[in-house]
Amino acid sequence: MKTTAEANQRIARIAAHLHPTNFQMEESSSLRPANCRSKGAGPGFKVAILGAAGGIGQPLSMLMKMNPLVSVLHLYDVVNTLGVMADISHMDTGAVVRGFLGQQQLENALTGMDLVIIPAGVPRKPGMTRDDLFNINAGIVKTLCEGIAKYCPKAIVNLISNPVNSTVPIAAEVFRKSGTYDPRRLLGVTMLDVVRANTFVAEVLNIDPREVNVPVIGGHAGVTILPLLSQVKPPSTFTREETEYLTTRIQNGGTEVVEAKAGAGSATLSMAYAAVKFAEACLRGLSGDAGVIECAFVDSQVTELPFFATKVRLGRNGVEEIFPLGPLNEYERAGLEKAKEELAASIQKGVAFIRK
Amino acid sequence: MAATWATLSIGSTFSFLPRAAAMQQPQPVGVKLATSNTFTSFCRLKAATWVNCEMESSFLGRESNSAPRHSFAQRAQKQKVWSPQYRVQPQASFKVAILGAAGGIGQPLSLLIKMSPLVSTLYLYDIAAHVKGVAADLSHCNTPSQVLGFTGTSQLANSLKRVDVVVITAGVTAKPGMTRADLFSINAIIVKTLVEAVADNCPGALIHMISNPVNSTVPIAAEVMKQKGVYDPKKLFGITTLDVVLVNTFVAQKKNLKVVDVDVPVVGGHDGITILPLLSKTRPSVSFTDEEVLELTVRIQNAGLEVVEAKAGAGSATLSMAYAEARFLESSLRALDGDESVYECSFVQSDVTDLPFFASRVKLGKKGVEAVISSELQGLTEFEQKALLALKPELKASIEKGVTFVQKQAAA
Repeated sequence: MKTTAEANQRIARIAAHLHPTNFQMEESSSLRPANCRSKGAGPGFKVAILGAAGGIGQPLSMLMKMNPLVSVLHLYDVVNTLGVMADISHMDTGAVVRGFLGQQQLENALTGMDLVIIPAGVPRKPGMTRDDLFNINAGIVKTLCEGIAKYCPKAIVNLISNPVNSTVPIAAEVFRKSGTYDPRRLLGVTMLDVVRANTFVAEVLNIDPREVNVPVIGGHAGVTILPLLSQVKPPSTFTREETEYLTTRIQNGGTEVVEAKAGAGSATLSMAYAAVKFAEACLRGLSGDAGVIECAFVDSQVTELPFFATKVRLGRNGVEEIFPLGPLNEYERAGLEKAKEELAASIQKGVAFIRK
Repeated sequence: MAATWATLSIGSTFSFLPRAAAMQQPQPVGVKLATSNTFTSFCRLKAATWVNCEMESSFLGRESNSAPRHSFAQRAQKQKVWSPQYRVQPQASFKVAILGAAGGIGQPLSLLIKMSPLVSTLYLYDIAAHVKGVAADLSHCNTPSQVLGFTGTSQLANSLKRVDVVVITAGVTAKPGMTRADLFSINAIIVKTLVEAVADNCPGALIHMISNPVNSTVPIAAEVMKQKGVYDPKKLFGITTLDVVLVNTFVAQKKNLKVVDVDVPVVGGHDGITILPLLSKTRPSVSFTDEEVLELTVRIQNAGLEVVEAKAGAGSATLSMAYAEARFLESSLRALDGDESVYECSFVQSDVTDLPFFASRVKLGKKGVEAVISSELQGLTEFEQKALLALKPELKASIEKGVTFVQKQAAA
C-alpha cells in the first residue's frame, strides 16, 4: 500500500500537470508544462464549459475534446473538475484541456475564450417542471454571466441551464448592467427539441433521422416548444392525429426522460449530443462558414416578445440573421398564441430576478 | 486543418498497399518485416482521420468536419436526399449489447455507440433500473440506431439475442489506493454470470472485456466459454486501447508532436507493470533518452491510478475509457464488415509468449482475430526486454487466478 507522503507527491505531480501556473513543482522538471506542449493545438477555437463535472457536462466535455474545431478546452465547475480533467486529458485528440475548480478560478477559466457553454445547475426530478428549478439556477447563471461579462465579454454564450426561457433573459440583463450586452452573442440552446423532433418525425415517416429537419420555434419548456411540422424537410404531410401526437411528444420529451430515469436525473446524454451539435454550428459560423442555420432562443423582433426561438444564421459575430417564422397552418397558429403567453411570463420572471 | 488531415484519410493509406499485401500472406504468426515502419497501412481511428473520411465510418459522422471544403461536400450530399424514396440505411448494420450500460463507463460509451453509423441496434443492460432512463434519453438522438433498455437478471437473455458484439463494462470501480487486482473478488462473479449468459444466447458474438482486472476476467471468460463448449479464442478481447491512447497522448506532449500522428504499441497486460509500451516502436520514429523511457513507462503504468486519485473517490477513468472502447469497437465493426487493414492492440489468447494470454498488436477480420503480429515483439531494447521478463510472472499469476476461480466454482 502506498504511504500518504507518496500519495501526496503523486497528487502534487498531477496538480502541476493540471495547473500550468503552479511553478513550485520542480522535482520532475521534464514534466513541466513548458516542455509538454502538444502540437495538436493548432488553428481552432477556445471553448469553456461551465459545469463540466455534471451529468451533461461530462459527456459534453468528452465530445468537445474529440472535436477537431476545438484547440483549447477549459473545464470549470465547483466540484470534481480535477478528476474529470485528468480523465479527459488522456484522450489522444488535439485539444489542450485545462481544469478549474471553484469560483476563485472562474477568471482563469474564462479569459481568452471564444465560446462558453453553460450546462451548470440542478436537474429536474419526477414531477418537477423546468420552472421549479428557477430559484437555484437563476443564481448560478447570474454569477457565471457576471464572470463572462468581466473576463470574456466577446465570447459566444450557449446557455443550457434550465429554465432556458428565464435564464437567457437573466443573462441578457446581467450583460446589460455591465455594458457588455451583444444580443448576437447570447443563445439559448433549444437544439435538443430539434433533435427530438427529427427523431420522432423520422419514426413516424420511417426514414433516416439524420435526413429530417424540423424547425422548432418559441421557447424551451412545455407548450412554449412549437415544432413547425408544416415546414419539415423533407416536405411531408401529417394527419391531424399525427400532428397532435408528435407535437405533444416533442413538448414532453424532457419529461419523458425524467420519468424514465425515476429520480436519477434528466436527459444528459442526448442533451450533450445536441449541445455539441449546436456548439459546433457556432464554431463553424465563427470560422466563416456560410449557410450555418440552426434554431436557437435569441433576442429577437420576430414577435412582440423580447426573446424567441427561431431559425438563425450563425456567423463570425454569432447570430447574423434571424429568419421569420414562415407560413404557419391553423394548428400551429393556435399553438403559437399559447406559447407566447407562457413565454412572456417566463421571460418577465427572469428579467425581474435581476431588476429587483 | 483539413489539408493536413487529408493526407491521413483512409484513402491515402492504401498507397502503402505493397506492405499491406505482404502482411496478408497466409502466415499470420511470425511474419518478419524489415523496417520499423511496418504498419503504415493501419486504419488508425483518431478523431481527425475519422472525420476526414468521406465515407461515414465513424460516430463523429459527416457533420463534425470543420473545413469549408468538407461542409460543401456535405451540403452537396444533402441535396440528393430530396429524392422520394429513401429508407433508413446505416452503412453497415451490427447489433451491439452493452452489459453495465448505466455505469460510469457505460453511459458515455452508449452515447458514442448510439452515434455510430455502423450500428443498427443497441441493447443496454444493467441491474440498475435506471438503464431504462438512459435508453429513453439516448433514443431521442437523431441517429439511425435503435436503442432498447433491459434490466434485471430475467431480461439478460433478451438483451443478447442475435447480437454481434457484447461489451462488458459491469462491475465495481477502483477507489484511491486500490489496484485493479483488488477488484477481483466482486468483479469475477459478475463477469462469470454475464459470460455464461453470452455463451447461452449469442456464442458467436465478439466479446469486449472491460471489467477489471482484465488480466483475470479475460481468462475467466475463456474458461466459462470452454465449459459451455462454445469457446472461440478469436472472439475474446480484453480491451487495452486506453493504454494505447494514453501513451500516444503522453508521447505527443513529450516530443512536441501532433497527437494525431503518434502511434505506439502497448503489450503485456492491463494492470501496473504488466502494461508495457514499446516506445522503441513509436511511429513516427523518435528517440528517447533512458530517463524519458523510464518516466513515460512508469507514468503510463500508473495513469489509471492517476485518474482514480484525481477523482478522489468519485470513480475511475470513465470518459477516456469510453472513448478508447468506442474506437476499438468501430475497428472491430469495420473488420467484421470486411475491411482488410484493421490493426489494434488487444489482450487475447496468444502464442507470442509462453503465457496463454498476452496483449499485442492483432489484425482484426470477419471472424475476430485474424493474426497476431508477433514481429512487433522482436528487436526490443534492453529496457523493454527486462520489463517483459519482469511482467510475465505477475501476468501469469493473474491469468491463473482467473482460471482457478472458474474451475473451483465448477467443482463446487
